[in-house]
Amino acid sequence: MATNKIHHAKADTIFNALNYFLMGIILLIVLYPLWFILIASISDPNLVNLGKVTWWPKGFTTMGYEKVFEYKDVWMGFRNSFFYTVAFTLIATALTVSSGYVISRKDLIGRKALTTFFMICMFFNGGMIPTYMVVSNLKMIDTVWAVIIPNCVWVYNMLIARTFFVTSIPDELLEASQIDGCTNLRFFFTIVVPLSPAIIAVLVLFYAVAQWNSFFDALLYIKSKDLYPLQIHLRNILLMNSVDSAVIGDAAAMDERQRLADMLKFVLIIISCVPMFVVYPFVQKYFVKGVMIGAVKG
Amino acid sequence: MKSMTVPASLDKAKARHQKMKLVRRNWDLYLLIFPTVLFFLLFKYWPMYGIQIAFRDFVPVDGIWGSPWVGFDNFTRFFSQPTFRISLINTITISFLSQFINFPFPVILALMLNQAECKWYKKTVQTVTYAPYFISTVVMVSMINFFLSPTSGPINALIKLLGGTPINFMGDPGLFKWIYVFSDTWQMSGYNAIIYIAALAGISPEYYEAAMVDGATKFKRMLYIDIPFLLPTVCVLFILSAGRIMSLGFEKAFLMQNSLNMSASEIIATLVYKYGMLQADFGLSTAVSLFNTLVNLVFIFSVNFFTSKLSGGENSLW
Repeated sequence: MATNKIHHAKADTIFNALNYFLMGIILLIVLYPLWFILIASISDPNLVNLGKVTWWPKGFTTMGYEKVFEYKDVWMGFRNSFFYTVAFTLIATALTVSSGYVISRKDLIGRKALTTFFMICMFFNGGMIPTYMVVSNLKMIDTVWAVIIPNCVWVYNMLIARTFFVTSIPDELLEASQIDGCTNLRFFFTIVVPLSPAIIAVLVLFYAVAQWNSFFDALLYIKSKDLYPLQIHLRNILLMNSVDSAVIGDAAAMDERQRLADMLKFVLIIISCVPMFVVYPFVQKYFVKGVMIGAVKG
Repeated sequence: MKSMTVPASLDKAKARHQKMKLVRRNWDLYLLIFPTVLFFLLFKYWPMYGIQIAFRDFVPVDGIWGSPWVGFDNFTRFFSQPTFRISLINTITISFLSQFINFPFPVILALMLNQAECKWYKKTVQTVTYAPYFISTVVMVSMINFFLSPTSGPINALIKLLGGTPINFMGDPGLFKWIYVFSDTWQMSGYNAIIYIAALAGISPEYYEAAMVDGATKFKRMLYIDIPFLLPTVCVLFILSAGRIMSLGFEKAFLMQNSLNMSASEIIATLVYKYGMLQADFGLSTAVSLFNTLVNLVFIFSVNFFTSKLSGGENSLW
């Protein structure tokens, strides 16, 4: 018995060691690319291109960050994205919470029909061109509304909200307030909403991340440069390699300009991710909760 | 709700009266949901009505109504092109690879995290592995381009260091699907593991205590407690993701596309964009997108049909 125990203790030690080792490798695989972008943004771009930068920054320079401050397009994009994200998140969350609550009410006549009406859109949609034509008919092309409105409510999120309300707002609460003569609207705004910070936080997070990262609606609907969100500028700079020559123009030689352009790319990746990574730790616990609610079928 | 004593007609009238009373009492709920309904009518149902341009020869100046009907011309035009077969095969290949390769990683990650006793280490691994979820597709693709670059990318630097010849990853059509799938593994595994981690956290410690009394090693506990416990969740999520198999992320394929890998990166969704926005062939684009939607629907319904048959109606999507 005693030897058995020792034997097991040994097996467990090996198991733990192996497990920690594998987790370490996973950690490295996920972390390294992120770390690399960070050190590449403060290293000499020539050394980066030659593959000399591996673990620590080399030829330390903050020139990329200095140059990015002069990059007017990027800051305009940043401001636009910020505005789009706030406006979209507000509207989308308000619509999702209110409609999710309504379809969670068991005493609602037409509840099933309404739910079906929404769910059809999960499986069937008009597609790119018919939607484009609607947006165009509504005179929204090349306005801020084209980025904010057409994608405003996700049925999936609405169902998450419904599940949340069904499971966490007790029927007795409604009955009690109805006896007191409270209207549904008042009940929703003064009781349901204050009881639901968790689901609101989750929806805000999902919508905000999606809008901050989205580029395709803007690609379709936005024509003027001063309305571009950040992601469109990022696509032009990072993927189409078109860096505004006003920013790097004072560098005379061709290779010098390319050097700056390369450096700006890393800096831009970092800067574009900053808002998400700043907000993330604060909402992390809600985030896990949201994924959980989403997995429960309503 | 049928009462035994009252005649059926009276019962019906009473039920209708009850219903009307409820509608009247809950009028403000309809008010609350009205904006959302309006939104869906405008931006979801109105476009569905516009699908008819798939069956018309769309002429912009004539509008939808003025354009002549052409029946299935747009569809036959699509089916007769060589790109049809290529894009269909690409869409299916990439979808299936994503489904089968990316599915196990989050499960394994969750099992490993669950067995880790060191709290801070576990937390670090968890936090770091979900971080990539927040990276936008544009940034993700530019990172892929950079890391796999044949001239300056770290991966090729490593290959050179080990004495190999650099590979032009993004220019090789044969590698496209693997890059697509494994970059998704990198980006999404941590996020997708959350659900399994939460499920594992629900295992009662009594099981482990009993197993330890019986002298089960950690590995055995994982094999005989964690895995069986996780299996139902795994099944449900597998079915859910199988239903979404054809709705491949368009943005990523579109952004990863370049002239060299076109034969592997052209998927149905990128064709919709090309025909519609670049060639302004609205009829053809809508036909292609309708075809994609229909294939998707067939897929979802058949997956759901088979799984609900197999599980006796338990693991159904709706």
